[in-house]
Amino acid sequence: MTIAFLDFEKRILELENKLDELRSLSKLQDADFSSEIRKMRKKLKQVKMETFSRLSRWQKTQLARHPARPYAIDYIKELAPDFVELQGDRLFGVGPSIVAGFGTMESRSVMFIGIQKGRDIKEKMYRNFGMPHPEGYRKALRLMKLAEKFSKPVVTLLDTPGAYPGIGAEERGQAEAVARNLMEMAALRVPIVCVITGEGGSGGALALGVGNRVLMFEHSVYSVISPEGCAAILWKDQSKVEEAAEALALTSRDLLENKIIDEIVREPVGGAHRNPMLAAHVLKRVLRRTLGELSALSPEEIVGQRRKKFRDMGVFFEQLQEK
Amino acid sequence: MTWYNRAKPPLGKGEKRGVPEGLFIKCEGCGEMIYAGEFEAAWRVCKKCGKHHILPGRRRIGLLLDEGTFVESDASVQAVDVLKFRDTKRYRDRIKAAQKESGEADAIICGSGRLNGWEVELAAFEFGFMGGSMGVVVGEKIARAGERAVVRKCPLIIVSCSGGARMQEGTFSLMQMAKTAVVIEEMRDAKLPYISVLAHPTAGGVTASFAMLGDVIIAEPDALICFAGPRVIEQTIRQKLPEGFQRSEFLLEHGFVDLISKRSDLKKNIAALIGHMSANIPPENRPPQQ
Repeated sequence: MTIAFLDFEKRILELENKLDELRSLSKLQDADFSSEIRKMRKKLKQVKMETFSRLSRWQKTQLARHPARPYAIDYIKELAPDFVELQGDRLFGVGPSIVAGFGTMESRSVMFIGIQKGRDIKEKMYRNFGMPHPEGYRKALRLMKLAEKFSKPVVTLLDTPGAYPGIGAEERGQAEAVARNLMEMAALRVPIVCVITGEGGSGGALALGVGNRVLMFEHSVYSVISPEGCAAILWKDQSKVEEAAEALALTSRDLLENKIIDEIVREPVGGAHRNPMLAAHVLKRVLRRTLGELSALSPEEIVGQRRKKFRDMGVFFEQLQEK
Repeated sequence: MTWYNRAKPPLGKGEKRGVPEGLFIKCEGCGEMIYAGEFEAAWRVCKKCGKHHILPGRRRIGLLLDEGTFVESDASVQAVDVLKFRDTKRYRDRIKAAQKESGEADAIICGSGRLNGWEVELAAFEFGFMGGSMGVVVGEKIARAGERAVVRKCPLIIVSCSGGARMQEGTFSLMQMAKTAVVIEEMRDAKLPYISVLAHPTAGGVTASFAMLGDVIIAEPDALICFAGPRVIEQTIRQKLPEGFQRSEFLLEHGFVDLISKRSDLKKNIAALIGHMSANIPPENRPPQQ
């Protein structure tokens, strides 16, 4: 697999290449390089740990957008090999930025809804780079209602720069589509588990993000605005992305600390793209436990828990007055 | 001394007798100079071109509620800078400056009162406070207004006038979209009327949550109502936007608002609509019988 390397991944790539060389050399010459290989592997592991435990928030954002990062379809295929995609919002169109349908995850029937960025140029164009139009959100809502009708849980996988800002999207009511999803998800009588797998782009992610549990992959981000957008508006200087990313506190650890998400899904060292199978496996284990917990609740409890969770979001100061 | 020497001091020197500061307002639509008193009396609508200027939250309450009936709620809820956000200025300093400038604690004013006799819960945005942006305080106060409406069985009216979510509160402000939607859903559950009024401008996270969820959505004329702002769209698609794009009339044409109401008709229209949607409103919240 070719991986487009980010700046901070370069040193790791060099070490990996050296390690490969040593290995092939030992095979070719039938010589014993095992102690060198062991040393090299140890060093590689150490460098990886050091690099990835010390990423800045901007580096994490880049990692969350890594072009080799597993996308929704990659995860869904691993979680539910029998996945059947269902399309269309029954109103206007397909909404190809969002992939949705039923699948069986370990004998449990689940409605999967994922935002898909697209791997090659052709797919990226088709998926609109993971920026859904209103049709996508309306399709997602239609299918969430379908899941509710048959008492099946919903799992959403979120990775988007945001809802698409374009003429058609505005004409067809992007704001209304996002708003309606927020309200309808609040009332859905089946469990909803939301997972930020890469980029949690503002309202475009939240429109599928009102869940009983909200999880984030370790190197994913979730923010009210992109660091680029924030830098342009508040600093009036596009180059201030690093400052903006720091200020926005958009990493999984920030959001867990601020009690906006419930849990962090650990990634393989170096990021999910270094071992997509392992990342999917870890996700499956977390989903199994989470859906198990939620399946014990009644529909009323499910709705009540989700309502309360989002009703209580945020910290403020209030001077209590005597009445 | 020649015959053309001036006997009087030249014009333009000495005491200026120009227009005193603030006595006249220049219309943002047609450029007409309007006498400030007249402008305010007309609720900041230009008498010549009909342009609806931004109305401060307190004046909006004056426009909609019967005189002397407004009782403010949650006036002391204030923002906390959890993220210690700092761009070119500290968020804490921005809050203080906005409070001083607008005279309000945050970007929304909430409370109850009578609207042509109907008891209502009203939330009005204050655009003068950081562009009416929605942070935790705005979300919390809207949520409480909705919850009070459910408990007291009365209509909820929200007048939006906001640039969207408040970036300085990061993901906390994003979550206010979900928070407010949760409470609007409870209004729906209780079968009580929620009327959303969209004033210029209503954008971003405000449009994409409670503002677009009204049982009835009323827009003021020529208001900018959008999800993504025109500049963002232009930068994304690199095309000029069509005339009138994202204005009230455009939204009406595309089916996203119920009606466009002039400011002078707003109160009357809301009262009539409440009347039609009042099946679950108890007698004490109705206008007294004539």
